[in-house]
Amino acid sequence: MPRWGMAMEEGTIVAWHVGVGEKVEPGDEVVDVESTKATNALEARSSGIVRRQLAATGSVLPVGSLLAIIAGPQIPDYEIDSFVSGFKQPAATAGEDSTLKVERVRAGSRHINCLIQGEGSTVVLIHGFGGSTQSWSLTQPALAAKHRVIAIDLPGHGDSDETLAEGSLAELAGAVELVFDALEIDAAHVIGHSLGGAVAIAALLMNPSRSRSLALIAPVGFGAEIDSSYIEGHLAARRRRDLRPHVERLFADRGCVSERMLEDMIRTKRIRGVEQALRQIAHQFFPGGRQRELGLRDAFAQLPIPRLLLWGDEDRIVPPSHGDAFGAIRIAGAGHLPQIERASETNRLILAHMAAVEGE
Amino acid sequence: MQLERPTLLEAYRLMAVIRAFEERVSAEFAKGKIPGFVHLYAGQEACAVGVCMHLSDRDFIGSTHRGHGHCIAKGSDVTSMMLELFGKQGGICGGKGGSMHLADFDKGIMGANSIVGAAVPLALGAALAAKTKGTDHVAVAFCGDGGSNQGGVLESLNLASVWKLPVVFAFEDNGYAETTASAWAVAGGAIANRAAAFGMPGELVDGFDFFAVHEAAGRAVARARAGAGPTLLHLRTGRFFGHHEGDSQTYRGPGEVAELRRNHDCLKLFHTRVTEAGLLEGSALDELVHQAGELVENAVRLAEAAPLPPHHTVHENVYVSY
Amino acid sequence: MTRILTMRKALSEAFFQVMEEDPSVIMMGEDIAGGQGAPGEQDAWGGDLGITKGLIGRFGPSRVLDTPISETAYIGAAVGAATAGLRPIAELMFVDFMGVCFDQLLNQAAKFRYMFGGKTRTPLVIRTQIGAGFRAGAQHSQALYPLFAHIPGLKCVIPSTAYDAKGLMIASVRDDDPVVFFEHKVMYDRISDHVPERPYEVPLGEANLVLEGEDVTIIAVGRMVHMAVEAAGNLAKQGISCEVIDPRTISPLDEDTILDSVRSTGRCVVVDEAYPRCGFAADIAALIAEKAFGALRAPVRKVTPPHTPIPFAPNLEDTWLPSPERIIETVSSVVGYRR
Repeated sequence: MPRWGMAMEEGTIVAWHVGVGEKVEPGDEVVDVESTKATNALEARSSGIVRRQLAATGSVLPVGSLLAIIAGPQIPDYEIDSFVSGFKQPAATAGEDSTLKVERVRAGSRHINCLIQGEGSTVVLIHGFGGSTQSWSLTQPALAAKHRVIAIDLPGHGDSDETLAEGSLAELAGAVELVFDALEIDAAHVIGHSLGGAVAIAALLMNPSRSRSLALIAPVGFGAEIDSSYIEGHLAARRRRDLRPHVERLFADRGCVSERMLEDMIRTKRIRGVEQALRQIAHQFFPGGRQRELGLRDAFAQLPIPRLLLWGDEDRIVPPSHGDAFGAIRIAGAGHLPQIERASETNRLILAHMAAVEGE
Repeated sequence: MQLERPTLLEAYRLMAVIRAFEERVSAEFAKGKIPGFVHLYAGQEACAVGVCMHLSDRDFIGSTHRGHGHCIAKGSDVTSMMLELFGKQGGICGGKGGSMHLADFDKGIMGANSIVGAAVPLALGAALAAKTKGTDHVAVAFCGDGGSNQGGVLESLNLASVWKLPVVFAFEDNGYAETTASAWAVAGGAIANRAAAFGMPGELVDGFDFFAVHEAAGRAVARARAGAGPTLLHLRTGRFFGHHEGDSQTYRGPGEVAELRRNHDCLKLFHTRVTEAGLLEGSALDELVHQAGELVENAVRLAEAAPLPPHHTVHENVYVSY
Repeated sequence: MTRILTMRKALSEAFFQVMEEDPSVIMMGEDIAGGQGAPGEQDAWGGDLGITKGLIGRFGPSRVLDTPISETAYIGAAVGAATAGLRPIAELMFVDFMGVCFDQLLNQAAKFRYMFGGKTRTPLVIRTQIGAGFRAGAQHSQALYPLFAHIPGLKCVIPSTAYDAKGLMIASVRDDDPVVFFEHKVMYDRISDHVPERPYEVPLGEANLVLEGEDVTIIAVGRMVHMAVEAAGNLAKQGISCEVIDPRTISPLDEDTILDSVRSTGRCVVVDEAYPRCGFAADIAALIAEKAFGALRAPVRKVTPPHTPIPFAPNLEDTWLPSPERIIETVSSVVGYRR
């Protein structure tokens, strides 16, 4: 593999022009190689017979790798073999791999990003305001041991398209419904967190037969109170240091908040259109610093499927008392994100709830 | 053609050495033996040799990033040059400069230079020193077609006339500044047309024809030595390789390089002319090519075997004293 | 959608996106497309290292301009165009070439806003390649950003990751002041990162806390950030916890992040590839000595090349550059310092 230019470190074999046994003269094109800037032909520098072809088309090899042997016919094979086996190939560069499947689903006119892991009966995870599939980073792998778990990025969040009409409950729930259509989901356990809980209820109301159970974690829509300073702070923060005090309020133990977490949130906020989408949603759901009445309490009570309601004991964003009338299970030592702060216990409760539904 | 046999032999020898050197550097670079960048001069040999044969060691030249040819034509040691390209101890700059910064002040080479046009004002300086000291030494500023548009070069053309300096501006127009054609980038038709604007004679010369270059350069150098001031030579030539090794040259027309090598090879043209005129025998010329090959082969062998420059040399020669 | 992109692809994406969004953005430079007037392929190079390839095909020659080798003229034209309503991105192919156009930046672009009493703005980006490691010799390997940071009126940005490169480039183009954007040639293809597909901005003047730590603050820019992170990994095994900060913008400088960190760790090492005298590392050391002296438990130390030009021979260039080993040595000495 030649070095064409100071920055070239590897090349891709695009096409061979000669085969083993063919005669070449100086200047004959032997193989096309592609580097980051251009594709060029490697020419023979001497005359001889192509005795070995050592790199397959499509392979990516570092500069200095042996590609072919051109030698006079009088040179015995064993000498060529000896040369090839003794040749010191340069070290190759490592590749990239991943274990989760990312699927970009067409939901009407927009694209919704989904993270899919595991096999078994389907579970759908819907995150909350300002969250993403990463809100379920400790949940998805645990549930994926027994289920096919699909985490969704709501519009305006994660890697989903950001453009919203008004960001209303109907619009968000409609997007979730279209994802169900696109992925042909027909009997899923649905789990929603915070605002995602409200969206989950609304989506199920659109098509109740699609779900076999519902689990909600600290959902929005069960009372008027909400810590609007968190919403405002999240929207206004430009830097990690400004975001930190607000994100710390999401947890009982503020030690949970890492720089990495803040950096991910800030990076998401920087993406063009995201902040505008969040503001639209905030305006729809939390006008004047209070939760809009959406009729979800009654809807939840009337759903004909098994339901689970979980709430962090020390939730400072949405008061746990909102869940009292519905038999909410309190998780000790957790704030608004028990699925992160008390992941094991939350996962255990959810898995048990789904197992009971499936009659195990 | 009144050139004597020794002159003709020397001209061909120098061109053959440059050609052999550049072809071999290309091969060694592709093997990864030569670090950094190289910009090859093959195809332009007649320019460097035609000009430099009029110069002594006391006459200075300023060169470009494409400077191997200028250095060889001016008398630099080929082995030391090869050692330098390989980054080895014993290189002409101790491994500190590399291909783009070859220099040999004892032979009047003010350096290859990787800042386009930078060597032109430097050559003016050498000319100024010669004039001030009252010698008849001259300076030649080599520059490319790309460099002809650099501000400092245009300033130098003006200043050379204003100060009436013994300098020759040798613009090697090989058709391209990197990938940009000189036909597009040089406004006003030809670089030669700029000479009159700056108060000096300008000549458009076929840079593939050693004899044409030698003759025009002879006139220009003589003018300078006589105190009559600067001259601009616009040498139309072509490079067989890319801007730098690794340049895929897709901006050149199909078959363009092959055509250059076939019909505009200054060594072949020289060979044909002198053998047909009965001035030299083909065998004498072939022998020079053979010797050039051996010289370069030997240089490569020495370069491969040579040790790396010692680490402490990083700190040496920042100043004369500090 | 985020994908792993090299710094090269991240920058390329930034160019396509800013030019798509705003018709007043134009690009100019030597061979940024290539093949101008030549009989073969147009857009032959897309820049010396191919970073700007494809732009002329998408946006045409009136917005992607190849230039003759005339830096003063075209950089000057970019400055003028910026004050006259365009948002030019002009390339100075190698920062080492600043000598042939510096007046237009030093005395013109930097000073218009001030000298003309706030009557004009110069929304210009100069992008330029920096850095050693490719054996390109003394005139093609320099850093030189301290010379630019020294000039009031210019902003100076040095990304160290592909994510930062795209976000800082978009932010630099949207910024209304002249920004000099330094791209390290060795990092183009060696550094990759998760990069969102949509446009986003990383704010100028904001440092990045790359690694959190307690025992010592390491401040590094450009390629040195990666060396610092490697050194920190090694030091952690020895029980030394390093905080690594990448200023990203060296002018304006995020002093708060740096000072907060040093006040908490009490120790600082600055790693910089630029020449040591009157340089970036020296500037940081002076800032800390002035504003965080009381917190210091050891002198501020620097890891820089020696004060010499850059040698060509590969073994000499490698000796010349800072390295993770030298960083480890310096950090250890600072941590072990006793009066």
